[in-house]
Amino acid sequence: MTARIGSLVASVLVVALLLAVPEALRPYYVGLVTKMLIFALFAMSLDLLLGYTGLASLGHAAYFGVASYTIALLLLRAKLSSEIAFPASLVAATVTGALFAPLALRGRGSYFLMITFALAQVVWSIAFGWRTFTNGDDGMPGIPRPDFGWSLDNAQSFYYFVLVVVAVATLLLVLIVKSPFGRALRGIRESESRMQALGYNVWLYQYVAFVLAAAFAGLAGALYAYFNRFVGPEYLHVIQSAEALIMVILGGAGTLLGPAIGAAVIVFLEDYVSSMTQHWVLVLGVIYVVVTLFAPRGLIGLIVSYRQRRFEP
Amino acid sequence: MIALAVEDLRKNFGGVAAVGGISLEIEVGERRVLLGPNGAGKTTLFHSIAGHVLPSSGRISLLGHDITRLRPDRRARLGLARTFQITNLFPQLTVLDSVLLALGGMKARRLRLVRPMSSYRAMYDEADRLLDQWGLTGTARRVVRNLSYGEQRQLELVLALAGAPRVLLLDEPTAGLSPAETSRVVAMVQQLPRDMTIVMIEHDMDVAFELADRIAVMHQGRLIAEGDEAAIRANRQVTEIYLGAE
Repeated sequence: MTARIGSLVASVLVVALLLAVPEALRPYYVGLVTKMLIFALFAMSLDLLLGYTGLASLGHAAYFGVASYTIALLLLRAKLSSEIAFPASLVAATVTGALFAPLALRGRGSYFLMITFALAQVVWSIAFGWRTFTNGDDGMPGIPRPDFGWSLDNAQSFYYFVLVVVAVATLLLVLIVKSPFGRALRGIRESESRMQALGYNVWLYQYVAFVLAAAFAGLAGALYAYFNRFVGPEYLHVIQSAEALIMVILGGAGTLLGPAIGAAVIVFLEDYVSSMTQHWVLVLGVIYVVVTLFAPRGLIGLIVSYRQRRFEP
Repeated sequence: MIALAVEDLRKNFGGVAAVGGISLEIEVGERRVLLGPNGAGKTTLFHSIAGHVLPSSGRISLLGHDITRLRPDRRARLGLARTFQITNLFPQLTVLDSVLLALGGMKARRLRLVRPMSSYRAMYDEADRLLDQWGLTGTARRVVRNLSYGEQRQLELVLALAGAPRVLLLDEPTAGLSPAETSRVVAMVQQLPRDMTIVMIEHDMDVAFELADRIAVMHQGRLIAEGDEAAIRANRQVTEIYLGAE
């Protein structure tokens, strides 16, 4: 009972803090928290595959980046409005996921990882190489933010927009992982053959999980394109995919809160470290090694085992 | 009526014929035990029947349906359930969640994507009933990984029974169990409804003779004897290769 009250107080506190961010922080830091929220969504979408279904993807940036590029291309090249470009970007990410999933699901474990990686590299090389269409590695600047009657041009109002979108998406993810479908994904993570023997069409569950993960990654990618008002091939790069994996592992795979915390920590560290050195990726690698050695279940795992030790001496 | 029919089933792994032409007919409600030394092909035969291995040739039918090339989950929905020789559970889930998954397997098509599992009260009641019936109520909240080996073997059986199967395949249900745990599992099998067909791989001779209506003996991928307890005990070839020549 006290635990329930405790988590209720904690949630109210977090919501209050999130709502107060634009009032309390300077615009630069409001932007940083916005980025944390976007990457929290990206990491949670990956965790649907990694933590819940047990499929480690090294190509999740593909769906994120496809959505970003769809926004940029439709707004800047086709001169369409965000009313069309925003939903279209989600459709593009979902369709990409739906097409890639059957290929990736032919493998398991490291084979699945390599196929997802290879597929994402294909998308990356299109964005990088097709200069006349995508501007290659110059990327596409000047993406206008959507306008729903009020302007999202300043950091504060854009923050609230992202907060609402991410909150709704998180709520959907919570519903999904708590549903019988989400429970079945965890069963598949634990034993595919047992789930088949129990009458589950394991492939179909994995397929749906893959497509859902791609759709939510696409939503994060769309928000990120608006956030930076820019897209570039680095959105699709393997480093982006690996960063998302590390966010999930750092925070704790198989929970939704874990990847969100992991994303916040990584985004903050990236900002902080990049202000001092250019070797951020090196630091990221060290973080990964330290986490896998000392906290294999992530920050959430550390908290849980600390609590267990306190209550069960 | 025939519950399970296997016709001239063969399974080759490279040049090795793990199953080399097996035919079996098992009546509804029959309790059939498969005997045979290690490497006789019993588990490969089981994997073929359950769909985890596709046979090289031959035919398998379940309650009149040809299931030779059907996916394992489609076979499960036709009423086939199995346990695994090497315990195959959900190590990080609780016993209750495991049983809920087992119950959900047969209903999966009617379950929604965004309705919380906890709102399916009837399934929880059913899970409680199953755990109570098979003496696992005390373990409901425990994580499967932390159960004793005996409890895990019991849970294997409960998961297989959750979907109320018509044909049940048991792959060495008493392997590695103490005498007390073995008799508990034997009692569980004896309590099952008589119209449930059970095919069972068993190494323990006492268990085999206690549970079986008929026994089939396999050796090097082939069936060398079939019959009731007396016929098997009297079969000289069986005595030589399986029971020992003494």
